[in-house]
Amino acid sequence: MKALMFGWEFPPHILGGLGTASYGLTRGMSEQPDMEITFVIPKPHGDEDQSFLKIIGACNVPVVWKENSWEHVNNRIGKIMHPDEYFWLRNGIKYDFRRIYTNDLGCIGFSGKYPDNLIEEISNYEAVASVLAHQLDFDVIHSHDWLTYPAGRFAKQISGKPLVIHVHATDFDRSRGKVNPTVYKIEKDGMDAADHIMTVSDLTRRTVIEKYHQHPNKVTTVHNAVEPLPDVDSFVKTPRKDKIVTFLGRITMQKGPEYFVEAAARVLSKTKNVRFVMAGSGDMMNAMIDLAAKRGIADRFHFPGFLRGRDVNEMLAQSDVYIMPSVSEPFGISPLEAMQVGTPSIISYQSGCAEILTHVVKTDYWDIDAMADAIYGIVTYPAMYKSMKELGLEEVNNIKWYDAGLKVRAIYDKVIRKH
Amino acid sequence: MKNICFYFEIHQPLRLRRYRFFEIGQDHYYFDDFQTEDRIRGMVEQAYLPAIRTIAEMIRSSNGKFKCSFSISGVAMEQLEQYAPEVIDGFRDLAKTGSVEFLAEPYAHSLASVYNRSEFEQQVKLHSKKIEALFEKKPTVFRNSELIYSDEIGEIVSALGFKTMLIEEVKYVMGWKSPNFVYNHSYIPKLKLLVRNNKLSDDIAFRFSDHSWSDFPLSAEKFIRWISELPKSEPVVNLWMGFEAFGFYQRAESGIFEFLKALPYHAMEQGHSFALPSEITKKFDSVDSLTSPYPTSWSGEKDLSVWNGNDLQQEALNKLYAVSERVHLCKDAPLKNDWLKLQTTDNFRYMSHFDAFGTHYTSPYEAFTNYMNVLADFLDRVDAQYPTTIENEELNELLKTIISQESEIATLEEELKKARARKKKEE
Repeated sequence: MKALMFGWEFPPHILGGLGTASYGLTRGMSEQPDMEITFVIPKPHGDEDQSFLKIIGACNVPVVWKENSWEHVNNRIGKIMHPDEYFWLRNGIKYDFRRIYTNDLGCIGFSGKYPDNLIEEISNYEAVASVLAHQLDFDVIHSHDWLTYPAGRFAKQISGKPLVIHVHATDFDRSRGKVNPTVYKIEKDGMDAADHIMTVSDLTRRTVIEKYHQHPNKVTTVHNAVEPLPDVDSFVKTPRKDKIVTFLGRITMQKGPEYFVEAAARVLSKTKNVRFVMAGSGDMMNAMIDLAAKRGIADRFHFPGFLRGRDVNEMLAQSDVYIMPSVSEPFGISPLEAMQVGTPSIISYQSGCAEILTHVVKTDYWDIDAMADAIYGIVTYPAMYKSMKELGLEEVNNIKWYDAGLKVRAIYDKVIRKH
Repeated sequence: MKNICFYFEIHQPLRLRRYRFFEIGQDHYYFDDFQTEDRIRGMVEQAYLPAIRTIAEMIRSSNGKFKCSFSISGVAMEQLEQYAPEVIDGFRDLAKTGSVEFLAEPYAHSLASVYNRSEFEQQVKLHSKKIEALFEKKPTVFRNSELIYSDEIGEIVSALGFKTMLIEEVKYVMGWKSPNFVYNHSYIPKLKLLVRNNKLSDDIAFRFSDHSWSDFPLSAEKFIRWISELPKSEPVVNLWMGFEAFGFYQRAESGIFEFLKALPYHAMEQGHSFALPSEITKKFDSVDSLTSPYPTSWSGEKDLSVWNGNDLQQEALNKLYAVSERVHLCKDAPLKNDWLKLQTTDNFRYMSHFDAFGTHYTSPYEAFTNYMNVLADFLDRVDAQYPTTIENEELNELLKTIISQESEIATLEEELKKARARKKKEE
């Protein structure tokens, strides 16, 4: 089974949850002995882990025929891609893409981020997909998130191979309902063209069915999992006088930070030995600092800014409670990461991961009383903390990407049989 | 010829209301009256009333040959008195027929038998008093909440003056022994034990309307035939279940009431009779003793794990029973009332990760935080009367001094009077 996957991010250079999920899923799937994955991303940095799959950088795939010597190609991109491969891919150019600006190798420059000209990058990605679809050998196409749907669609059109799309989020989650029509169109076209749609939670599945008018039979939920932390034992909680309650994520409307501040104010009205941390950055950060000051809890409310890498796990491990009051979260992997280092989590019902977790406290995102109550319970009653820590750890260790990979594989088999 | 012994349990917990931590110390009312009323009314209309009517009719039509016993927890009795007095009237009418017996149990449907002996004794006495007040008959047979039993509990029950106790058929207590005999306590032979017939009881209580059950549909004739097919030497068949089985778990549409009504006819036709627990232990001698070193029950794994199996439950129970001595010293009626209601086993079962039967919480953690918030307020109230900074023993001593103070003063005054009188005489 050979799969051609289109993604946008891949660790270690990631901007959001998409990269983490792509990595985990492909890694889990690679444990199936006959699975071969080719993963396309806009711009690899060369330090990606390629031990279990092959990564192709779209920025190194020629879309316009340019004559170059082997040495020149080797000099330019030899670190990331073998020149022979470049020349071989060049044979896949069947369309005239000279309207797109390309470099001396006939390749398109990608940022690999979320730039202002994102829509343009998405359509350029499509051009790269056409070359790959002509030249590569694969059984199924798998597109991760809306940025890559057009590429997947085009590859399907060219190769005639089935297309599976993976919905990690929809624009309804990002915008609290005020969707961008251009984005919606890209998403809808991708879903319409797909042979099967995978969603990361039943919550997202419902959105896909209701808002994008897809047939329920065509949509399957494949819940995300979490990669085991190799150095989990190196995170040791320092004993301290105050309990720490942490929010970690982009400080934006979608994540519901204001509910966290309000809940914090309630907890602090009753007990004093708790500190609250809002890690991350985002357009609502200043408003949150204001709000904390207005509630008179600024002395117990801290903003350490954006954390990355090991600092994230360190912060989670030092916390007594992790809280994710997201208004709309397709999946939300961070509570699982918190549970991995033994930190009890409080999550909103409006998060996809609520569907698979039992040893967490779930509340509605707007229910600040319930949230405050749960925080109070965990920091006050040791039995509650201990139970959630131990049982949560056990639970999260049993959520494996391998199992998610098997579900994806079953879907591949189904669409290939039908094809 | 078998003696069929029916016994029905009636218990409904008082539901705790959503109690947030910022109400601790502010609001001392813990119960969700609306929900409690709603549940008990639903139960009464669907199950209790039609079932009582059916049983009254069965007793009438069999000329009093049909007999059954009830155990109603004190908590349930209070609710019935308040929200459904017609049920109490129904039971009174049944009591008058003489074919019905009421059993004793701990008032609050609690785990006190395991956690605090004196609390347990007080609750049993309180319950017996209540039963006597309502039905004018003192109970003589004891059944513990959830049929919890161990040798130790048996000893306490015997000391309380009961001669018969009901227990569950548990494999590691019974071994190969049949539940259809009368047994006795392992080292107190005068305490007789009746054992629930698991299979036949659950056939009615849980499997009656189960379409996937191989013996579905169950008719009264078939059921009585199973009883007839039991070995000749076994004299008793104990069919014990929750009273909700009739009309609630087994809906009226399933024909459960018709099944019940047809039982006396078929039983008598095949030569069986009905008996009350107290009659059975008078009629039959025990065949052997049963040893039960660990507490057994009729729920879950037949032990206490559904109530104290995890950290949450243990924490809650330990915190609760840690103050029992102090509460016993209190005279404050509302506090004592709350104390009873907080002990109801259901509160702890809702915290179970595996078997939170009947819960109205969304998770065991929610059940735990809510209960602990209530408990925190309750403990504060206890603390206000008898501060925890004073050791229990010290407190006892102080109280003894206070209580005996009056009698001491009285005796001294008496002496003084005598002395004065003597002095006067001398003068």
